Amino acid sequence: MRLTLLALLAKEPAHGYELKQALEQIFGSAYPSPNIGQIYVTLGRLEKDGLVRAVDVEQSNRPNKKVYYLTAAGREILDTWVGEPTEGPRVRDEFFMKLVLAPMTGIADRMVMINRQRRHYLGLMRDLNELAERTDPENHVALLLVEGAMLHLQADLDWLERCQEDLS
Amino acid sequence: MTPSVAPVVETVNLVKIYQDGGVPVPAVRGVDLRVSPGEFVAVMGPSGSGKSTLVHMIGGLETRTSGEIWLDGQRADTLNESAWALLRRRRIGFVFQFFNLVANMTVADNVELPALLAGASTREARRRREYLLGELGLTARADAAPSQLAGGEQQRVALARALANEPSLLLADEPTGNLDSRNTRDVLRLLGEVHREGQAIILVTHDARVASLADRVVSLLDGQIVDDGGTGLVRRRPKGSAGDVVELRG
Repeated sequence: MRLTLLALLAKEPAHGYELKQALEQIFGSAYPSPNIGQIYVTLGRLEKDGLVRAVDVEQSNRPNKKVYYLTAAGREILDTWVGEPTEGPRVRDEFFMKLVLAPMTGIADRMVMINRQRRHYLGLMRDLNELAERTDPENHVALLLVEGAMLHLQADLDWLERCQEDLS
Repeated sequence: MTPSVAPVVETVNLVKIYQDGGVPVPAVRGVDLRVSPGEFVAVMGPSGSGKSTLVHMIGGLETRTSGEIWLDGQRADTLNESAWALLRRRRIGFVFQFFNLVANMTVADNVELPALLAGASTREARRRREYLLGELGLTARADAAPSQLAGGEQQRVALARALANEPSLLLADEPTGNLDSRNTRDVLRLLGEVHREGQAIILVTHDARVASLADRVVSLLDGQIVDDGGTGLVRRRPKGSAGDVVELRG
């Protein structure tokens, strides 16, 4: 979450709760709502590393609130992150490891494993269909995220089919 | 013994062997499949696994080599061609990858035709056509000729046509193969409605979004069923939260 928070702070200084709200507004139901505690812990670490700084703002009748802003060092880290290409979403696959190692363990039938995994992926796909139905049609960011997840799952299923053809 | 409702489709040890220059090529090797009225079954599997052949045989478009096919409790594989055609017209709707729309008829007439052939009144056929074209976002295209439509539109017209006579069984072979994601959504919504109205669906697909809506997924490999079961069982997340379905890094 570090870089996500840096990006939000690049737009304007904000306090922790505003950052939580901004995340929810941008990603909608496609992103698990961040817990406010996690946000404050992350901001504390960013502050310790010199990437953000906090100022106390006085509020009438209430305790001071901490408003965070991006430092030059933070800006540099953020620029590097945005500017460089990103690792592929899945370069290692735990199921594939299981599948390859299964015969050595002598405890799993690969056909059964593949069938079980296919049903699991289809169950996830059904969840994504429902999530897409529930998502506000105007929230393009959230819908694109869901569609991306669907395309990845489709690729996983196609790969499963290839595994079944070759290993059965 | 209590009488139970006959399955909408039942195949018994169904086999199809093609001949390739005198060499027998098995495509379907002993499939036992039972589909209850109103059930939505997706058929998946690699290309060459026999999915299309299976569905074509159930619809009477290809002859079986051996085995039995029963539709609504009636033995169908022993029928002659005209009796098959009659059965098809009344009870089965088809959507295939190639749309086969009648070129010199409008979209509206293409969709009304099967209902009229099955004996519906003109008014009933029109009402059904208007409903189906509306659901598929094609109302404005009703008077167009099929050749004036884009591929995705033609495919949706083919689906509307397949549903025109409210068949008790819809057979579909990759019905979303040519559709972009928004049109796929329209088709999925209509399939869901058709399903809720109690029509059975057997649908061959590679598209996991489509398959995930089915009650049951049958997986074929080398002409045999290797898995047959529900898809909903693995769902663990409570409603209202995307959980870790979508994971962002950073």
